[in-house]
This record gives sequence, structure tokens and C-alpha cells, in this order.
Amino acid sequence: MELFVQNIINGLTIGAFYALVALGYTMVYGVLKLINFAHGDLFMWGAYLGWAGLSLVALLGLKQGVWALIPVVILVMATLALLGALIERAAYRPLRSAGRLPPIVSALGAAFILESLARNIFGASYKTYPGWAEVTGSITVVGGVTVGVMQIIALIASLLLMAILYLFVNYTQVGTAMRAVSLDHDTARLMGIDVNRIITLVFLIGPALGGAAGLMVAVRYGSFDFTLGWTFGLKAFIAAILGGIGNIPGAMLGGMILGAVESLGAGYISPQWKDVIAYVLLVVILLARPTGLLGERVAEKL
Amino acid sequence: MRDLFLRVRRLPGRYVSPAFLVAALLLPVALDNYLLAVLWQAGIYILMALGLTIIVGYAGLFQLGQAAFYAIGAYTVAILNLYLGVPIILGLPIAVILAGALGYLVSRPILHLRGDYLAIVTIAFGEIVRMLLVNNVFGVTGGANGLSGIAQLSLFGFTFDSIVKNYYLVVACVALTIIGVQRLENSRLGRAWTYVREDELAAEAMGVDTVHVKAVAFVLGSALASLAGVLYASRITVISPDIGRFLESVIVFCIVVLGGTGSLPGVFLGAFGMVVLPELFRFVKDWRDGLVGLAMVLMMIFRPAGLWPSRRVALELSGAEEGET
Amino acid sequence: MPLLQVSGLTKSFGGLMAVHNVDLAIETGQIMGMIGPNGAGKTTVFNLITGIYRPDRGQIRFDGRNLVGLAPHVIAEAGIARTFQTIRLFPNLTVLENVMAGRHCRSRAGVVAALLRSPRQRAEEADIRRQAEQQLRFMNIWHFRNELAKNLPYGDQRRVEVARALATAPRLLILDEPAAGLNEQESAALMALIRQIREMGITIFLIEHDMKVVMGVSDRVVVLDNGSKIAEGTPAEVQANPQVIEAYLGREDEERISYHV
Repeated sequence: MELFVQNIINGLTIGAFYALVALGYTMVYGVLKLINFAHGDLFMWGAYLGWAGLSLVALLGLKQGVWALIPVVILVMATLALLGALIERAAYRPLRSAGRLPPIVSALGAAFILESLARNIFGASYKTYPGWAEVTGSITVVGGVTVGVMQIIALIASLLLMAILYLFVNYTQVGTAMRAVSLDHDTARLMGIDVNRIITLVFLIGPALGGAAGLMVAVRYGSFDFTLGWTFGLKAFIAAILGGIGNIPGAMLGGMILGAVESLGAGYISPQWKDVIAYVLLVVILLARPTGLLGERVAEKL
Repeated sequence: MRDLFLRVRRLPGRYVSPAFLVAALLLPVALDNYLLAVLWQAGIYILMALGLTIIVGYAGLFQLGQAAFYAIGAYTVAILNLYLGVPIILGLPIAVILAGALGYLVSRPILHLRGDYLAIVTIAFGEIVRMLLVNNVFGVTGGANGLSGIAQLSLFGFTFDSIVKNYYLVVACVALTIIGVQRLENSRLGRAWTYVREDELAAEAMGVDTVHVKAVAFVLGSALASLAGVLYASRITVISPDIGRFLESVIVFCIVVLGGTGSLPGVFLGAFGMVVLPELFRFVKDWRDGLVGLAMVLMMIFRPAGLWPSRRVALELSGAEEGET
Repeated sequence: MPLLQVSGLTKSFGGLMAVHNVDLAIETGQIMGMIGPNGAGKTTVFNLITGIYRPDRGQIRFDGRNLVGLAPHVIAEAGIARTFQTIRLFPNLTVLENVMAGRHCRSRAGVVAALLRSPRQRAEEADIRRQAEQQLRFMNIWHFRNELAKNLPYGDQRRVEVARALATAPRLLILDEPAAGLNEQESAALMALIRQIREMGITIFLIEHDMKVVMGVSDRVVVLDNGSKIAEGTPAEVQANPQVIEAYLGREDEERISYHV
């Protein structure tokens, strides 16, 4: 029972990261019907930029400590927001009317570029976050179940970001415009919505959240390299699909479920089958519910 | 330049293909073994891409896990050869049929999924296959190190033991596959694929068993990838789970789209761009992937229909031009 | 025995009753018209007959055979072909290729036959082409055969759709608003065409808003309102039916039953 609770808690933490990254996939899919394969690598860039930011803090002799993370996170999110919007502008917008396949190839190309840049700029070796940026110590919940303080901070930060996004999308005018664009570009345009601006906005928000997740994942696991984006990105995308792609609460739910299932699988079966469990879960859920857990059933109008 | 391109395009296929084949047959005279090996590698990818052309180009299905079937082909002959002593020539049909059957079993329950969902399930399948190989499933895949000491292909005492022989073997396989794929394209089944791609519901209402037709595309595409895997394993004689990486599937997918989705000449141009050029640009080292990525983005922006658009896409474009004037 | 016998047909979409307890019988060689205000459930009836939707309740029998639960392609093969309210051609294929689609269910060649180009396969291919070309000539669109379907004028696209349906050699042809978007002259030609198709021994079931067309060409007419059948009879009987008049006049609708032939 203790093992079970411990696994669930660990799973939910990682699941919150999946969810943060999944939001970027799902929002882009919502407005462009495009699998943004570059998103995983933007997430990976979040880890690198966070590392660079903390290194800079140390280099400049600024005050070292966990609080330094806050300005670094904000900077990382801002940089990635700009990078995301730049990619949309350069690699996706010219292909808006080119059919389904060309944007996918362009997205894969953008992913290659981001990965290659990271590898050449930061080197191929593993990067480690400085110890001073981490809060050590853990809290014992019940019995033998412990939760790291950092884990709690990360979980709260993720949930906070998701809550802000949820409120933004559902209760502001811009958020409503965003939902309108994801339903139908032409109608949205007729209603006076600047579709391009909304799409740019989505590409600002998604990568910013992904970048924050990248930084937090790197803090949580300590070390990473330029291949981080691929596996994690794919899993996050699976989370988005599990919940029903294009659906923001779905991405959150999908991320949490994926994290929990993976963690339980690793605990009870074997860590080396963890990834396989995630993929099998995807296939099983899609077979049972072809549009994901919270996805709407689309009836084709004839 | 554009005129020249259009003129080449209008040359009847019956001149282009034989001329191309003759050139391919004469190349070993002019090229050293290294370049031949590069072309051999391109040939392997072309086989996979021809399979994917059926799935993506003709039937319009999103398949991003082609490398899984490549790996299945390679590992099947390797395991049969290493553990049971089955010669490659007997393992080949087994590997191809097994991959085709797996293609059916995997695709059948997911064919009703919408395009992008299908893509992600094929990616997941590819990763499952790779992880099974890495985790040494049934203790026969050799784990992350893979398998070595695989026999070379040998037929009636003639062993394909040099790069020149293997090059000709791949050229022969590609040539036969091209003929086969062309025949399929211009058949009842080939048309049915395009009906499904264009409007699945209308196709179904006109009496096309769309699920069956799509499954057949998957089976054939998977079988061709498996054939490529067999040829690869029997020349290199060492395989590892890396051959089933998602990156390999991406390369094959990009060959198809960059060349011009559904276009057979496009597959050759795409393979040149995605396999031969990067190999020749080895000196850029770690920047290579980045440059490939940049080329992919630029290509799609400036030639979204691909280097050599398929006949239909070309017709569409010319139709649009007429409309404007 | 009627060629098509529908009884108790019911379908709802999440609480909304689209079709309710509809009975229909179409005799071989008949032209049956179906009218009703927008949203009355007419197209849903077609989609139920052709297997695109599965009925919640009710029976559909075609020549005595139960169609409920069969896939659309099986129903097409059984002899029911249709056109769509919003034209659904294969836009990037040529007109000839579009019409050849109709022959798919009347031919057999598979992978092996195509790879080997067996004599039988080649004969079948020639036959598919010949039959498709015959329909092109019949529908008077032969000169468009090598054009892409999407580049054709609207009216001609409708003709391609009919040609494609006829190529399946149907016994029952279902037309969903064939006169929509046609001018007076084209509508007249359409009526002649529908009669001509009937002369070939094909039974016809059509939805039409153009009263001149539907009353002029149909042997019998059924009227749907709010998913239920409210009247059936000869065109004259239907036009005189007070319930029908009420269904139409009771609404702010441009289609008026009083539009006499």
C-alpha cells in the first residue's frame, strides 16, 4: 500500500510535467490541426536555458539559492515564447494552405534544427543543474511515504500554471477567441477575430509552458542531454491524445494518468518496461475511445 | 530552368525509367566502393519509401512507424539464421510475410482512427517494437547490443559478399518493386486507394470496402519495409535496435513527402536528398542534422508539393495556373 | 413485394429525434419523391438506408434482404447507389476515374492479379473503363472525361455524381436534391434524365425541394415533417393534403407546396 501511494505521488509529479508539455501540443493542434513535432525540442531547450541561466547566476556572483530559480524560470518562459512564435512564423505560417503533410515535414525539420543547435551550442555531454538551486529534504506523509520538497514545489507550480491557462482560455475574451479559432478559422475570421494573432499567441503560450516544464524536469532529475526532448515530448504528446487532443483539461488529465500508470508500471513490473507501458496504454485507450478520454465525438455532417 | 524541369517531366516514362536503369547498372564502373555503399544505403531507403508511398501517397494514411517493420524484417532473418541456421534466402520470404501479417494485425483495429491519431499509434508501435528489441524479448534479440554474425545472402552457391554484388541486388529489388507498384497504381486496387484518400465516405458509399483496401496498403507497405530490412541485415551482418528508431521512420516519411507524395521518381530524389547528400556532407559533423532540418523546412516552403510532384498534384497545379490566366 | 421496404425506422442523435417511426415501400420501377421542410430528417433516412447511420429501431429490407447493420459498401454492392446533397466527388481525380469508382464493387481483381497483369485482370480493367465511358456518354459529360472533377461547373459535377452512381449498376438509385443549384433549363433536362433512368429499369428515390421537379417526375411522394411521415400518395393527393399544406405554410419557408405544376 505504501509502495502504491508512493508510486502514485511520484507519478503525479511527472504527470504534471507531461501535462504542461501536453498543453503546448494540444493547443497547437487545436488551432492548426498540426502535430508540432518541434514542441518536444522546445521543452528540451527550456532545460538548457534554465541551466544556462543558473550558470550565469553563479558566474556573475549573484546570490545563489533556490530563489534564483524564479527569475530564471521567467526568462526561460519568455525566451521560449519568442522562439515558439518565431518557428510558427518561419516554418508553419507559409504552409498554412499546403495540405497536411508539408507542415509535418517542416515541423520535423524544425525539431532537427533545435536539436542540432542544442548539441552544438551546449555540447553532447550530460548537463547537471547546480545543487544550490535545489531544495533538499522531504516530508513524510504517512508511514514510509515521503515527498521531496522540490517535488511539491514543482507540482504546485505546474498546477498553478495550468489553472491560470484554464481560466485564461475559458474566462477571457482572448481565450474565447482562441476557442473559436480552434473550431473554425473562417467563421472566427468572420466574427472579426484576427486568426493569425491568435495562432501566434498559442505559439507564445505553449512553448512558454513547455520551457517551464523543461526546467523543472531538469531540476527534478538533475541531469539531461539534448535527446531529452524526443522521449519526453513523445510521451507528452501521448498524454495530449489520451485526454483528447485539442482539449485543454484533457491534456492535464492525460498527463496525470500517463504519469501515474507509468510510475505504477515501473514500480510493480519493471522500470525498463515503463515506456512500453505508456505506448500500450495509448493504443488501448484509442481503441476504446478513438478521440481520447475527454475528446468530443465528431459526427461528420453529410 | 523551370522549362527544362517541365520538359523532363513530360518525357514519357517509358524512356526515363530504362535510361535510369541503365545508368544505375553502369554506375559501379565509375564509382568507388564507398560511394556504391552510399547508393546501396539509398536503395534500402528507397525500398522502404516505396512501401510508404503506397500507404501515405496512395491510400493517404499517416504512417510514421515504417522503421519498425524494417527492424522486424532484419531481426526475423537474423534470428532465424543465428538460432535455427535458416539461410537468408529462406528467411527472406518468412520475414516479408511475417511483417505483412503484423502490418495487418496492427493496422486493422486502428484504421478507423482519424489521420493524426493513426500517425501517433504507428509511432507508438514503432517505439514498442524498438523497446522490445532493447529489452531482449524472449532472450533472442541480443538487447541493446543487437545481433552479429548474420550470414550473407546466398543463392545456388552464389554469395552476395561484396558491395558491388549487393548494389546490384538492391537495384534489382528496386526495379522489380517499381514495376509492381506502378502496376498496382494503375489497377482497381490502386484506384481504390486514391478514392479512399480523396473522400473515404464517398468511396465507401460507392461500394469500396475502405477498411479492407486500407489494410492491404498497410500490408504491402510493411512487407516492403521488411524486405529492405532483410537486405540490410544480410549485407551489414550486424544489427541493433537503433535501426528501428523513430528517426529512421522520419527519414523515410520525409523521402516520400520531399520527393512529392505519391510520386515514384520523387522517391529517388527524396532519397538523394535525405540519404546521399547528408552522407556526402559528413564533414559538417554535428551540424548535419540541423542542416537537414533547415533543408526540410525550406523545401516545404518553396516546393510544398515536393521535388517531383506526382502526376495528380502536377495536374492540380497546372489547373490552378490555367484558372488564373 | 416492394423493392425497398422500410418499417418503423427510428434514429435519434443525442436526444434529438431525427427520424421517427417511418414506414416506406417503393415498388420496382417506381419513382418515389420525398419532400419536407429543412431538418425534417430526409437526408437521415437516406443515410440510414445506405448504411452510413445505423437505425436505433426499425427494419430496412431491400428485395427481401435485411440491410440493417450492413456496411455501406455492402449495401452499394447489393444494388443501392446514391448521390450526396453536398456533392462528394473525388476532387483531384479525373472525371473518368471518378466514374470508374462505381465499377469497383462489380469487379474482383486483387493484389496478385494486378501484379501479374493476368489476362483476366486486363479484360476486367478494359471492362471497367468501357462501362464507365458508357455512363459518361449517357450523362453527356464525355468531353470532360480527362478533367479533374473539381474543375467542372457545379451542374456538371452533379452529372458526374449520377454517372458514378449509375456505374455501380444499381437497382435503386437514391438522389439527394439533384436539382439543387440548377437553373430552369437544367432542371427540365434533369427530369427527362430521371425518367430515362427509370426506363432502364432502375427504381428511383429522390429528395427534392424543387416542387416542379418532384411533382413532375414522381409516381408517389412521401412527406416528412419533424422526422415523421405525415403524408404519402400521388403528387396530386399530397398537394391536396391539409396536413402537408399546414407543414409548409405554417413556417416561414420559401418552399411552398402551392407551387403547382
